[in-house]
Amino acid sequence: MIDVNYFKERFEQNQATYQKDALADIRLEGFKTLSREGFPTLKNEEWKYTGISSLFNKDFQFNQDINQSSVNEADVEQARLPGHTEANELFFCDGTYKPQLSTIRSKKLVIQSLQEAVAGEYQEIVKQSLGHSNKSITDGIHALNTSFISSGTFIYIPQKTRIEHPLYIHHIMDARANPTFSQPRILIYAEEGSKIQIVETYTSLGASGSFYNEVIEITVNEGAILEYYKIQNDTPNSNHVGTTHFWQKGRSYVHTLTLSLDGGMIRNNTNLILDAEGCESHLYGLYLLKGRSHVDNHTLVDNRQPYCISNELYKGILDDYSTGVFNGKIKVEPKAQKTNAYQSNKNLLLSDRASINTKPQLEIFADDVKCSHGCTVGTLDENALFYLRARGIPPEYAKALLLKAFSADILSQIKPESIRQYAEKLISNRLSINEE
Amino acid sequence: MLSIKNIHANIDGKQILNGINLEINAGEVHAIMGPNGSGKSTLALVMAGREEYEVTEGSITFMGKNILELSPEDRAHEGLFLAFQYPVEIPGVSTTQFIKTAVNENRKYRGQEPLDAVAFLKLMKEKMALVNIGQSLMGRSINEGFSGGEKKRNEIFQMAMLEPKLAVLDETDSGLDIDALRIVAAGVNKLRHPERAILVITHYQRLLDYITPDVVHVLYNGRIVRSGTKELALELEEKGYDFIKEEISPAEFKHP
Repeated sequence: MIDVNYFKERFEQNQATYQKDALADIRLEGFKTLSREGFPTLKNEEWKYTGISSLFNKDFQFNQDINQSSVNEADVEQARLPGHTEANELFFCDGTYKPQLSTIRSKKLVIQSLQEAVAGEYQEIVKQSLGHSNKSITDGIHALNTSFISSGTFIYIPQKTRIEHPLYIHHIMDARANPTFSQPRILIYAEEGSKIQIVETYTSLGASGSFYNEVIEITVNEGAILEYYKIQNDTPNSNHVGTTHFWQKGRSYVHTLTLSLDGGMIRNNTNLILDAEGCESHLYGLYLLKGRSHVDNHTLVDNRQPYCISNELYKGILDDYSTGVFNGKIKVEPKAQKTNAYQSNKNLLLSDRASINTKPQLEIFADDVKCSHGCTVGTLDENALFYLRARGIPPEYAKALLLKAFSADILSQIKPESIRQYAEKLISNRLSINEE
Repeated sequence: MLSIKNIHANIDGKQILNGINLEINAGEVHAIMGPNGSGKSTLALVMAGREEYEVTEGSITFMGKNILELSPEDRAHEGLFLAFQYPVEIPGVSTTQFIKTAVNENRKYRGQEPLDAVAFLKLMKEKMALVNIGQSLMGRSINEGFSGGEKKRNEIFQMAMLEPKLAVLDETDSGLDIDALRIVAAGVNKLRHPERAILVITHYQRLLDYITPDVVHVLYNGRIVRSGTKELALELEEKGYDFIKEEISPAEFKHP
């Protein structure tokens, strides 16, 4: 059982074994929070619909030091995305970055461990940005990741640098022998005027199951343009808690999209901290769930400065026994006048046993703002279905066409062409539509 | 070709059709006229197989088959086509892909090979010319952003592509100005064929100036109360529907 006591013991072991390094303080902070909070239960408002503690009752193996040779080139092949020969490909195995499996094609892109970065020229940046998410997500699971930061990964995009090759971050979980628990910690720093597209994927090897507790913090400076795509299409026994935290430190543009197609219990925390005037951010999500998948999308758009624009559209299609949660928090702090914040969540339920809990949460403390939110839960349009059938289109295919249409506006927000086509193909296959 | 016998149908418990009898042969053009609420669209939707309508009595035989037992898509495959009064917009579903799928499903049902891309495009161009539909509309989602006239022309275009045996046109003229009406009517007339029958459902006589019917029926309170030639349509136009109501004696007309 990987309960709080188990982790406390492991933490104490680590303290004894490892020398005190520059990350020791932040780990200790995390540990204190973990000890105080424990893991959330259903009584915790933020976790009301996601019974994450059931995962901590299982016997996952937490290996921080993974045998390097156990995952090889052939194993990671299945995780590759189209366009990989033109991409910067980073492979993580059970939470640890593997340079020997990875390929960096953009010469200006800097990749180091957090330990290296905090000891060298990026010291100040790391000190300022690492742990920025700790104030936005205060639960024990987030703190657990912080407590066990080992080497960590630091990615730096220099000033005014356009990274032409997209950054593909592939997480591989080795579940061939045992169910595996791992916790990557990634910090990305996009300097002023930089531009990058990032895609994250998750692939399990083997069938024993996994639990992946990830925190990725991304600092976006003035004039930077950052696109981020998270694709979740792993096995039904792969579980995930992921915090993707964007700190828009300067007037910048962030475009993020989370595509969830398969998995066990998944919780995505997507935070956008709009900390400069005139920031623009777009959040998109599409979850197309089957079986017993559970996807909980918690978003936070925190307007700390005036004149920021944010636009959020999450859509869900839930079939079989799948369950979904959408919790969209919009905060407008007192000085954030002239905020424009839009949020919409639309859901289609395809079976009697599927369900969605959707909740907008607006905390507005300024008085000259435009904020809107809306959510819908429904079934397919009967008139549209009949129209297609009346023309001779079989009902299952008609349904698939309408579901594809429902997903279309989200998919069109995937800007890298090869990734968009890849996603469209995944959806078509799931819906049994053969494109000609 | 079509034999409707004593059809009674209701929706949400409300009785709409109270014993419809209608026989249509190949090559004929019939018109059904009636005031609002008489059951015109209901008849069309019952024929097409809309499940919300419950048929409580009667039969519909089409091409020798009892179509009440067939699904909407199979009725289409048997050769029944309904041009909707209010064609729905379906954003995100491409018009071209939709038509191609419809045509090929039809062909599959009849044991024919599906059309390949080249043959299909050729067929499309030919039929688009019939109703003056431009390429730009075909590139869009089904009926999305189409004007009223464009939607109705799209219905006739689909009719041309699917080559049905019986086409039911449900108030195809509603919402159209005289020019749009002419184009739609011309398209329909080009599709007249000795082996095809057309049932025109309309509120106004105007459309029948352009699509000349062989028989005109008047529908009132869910029953056909008068049948005649196209002169009947002119009489209705002149006197209004009230004259029908007056002509029907209480004894002749049974309330459900």
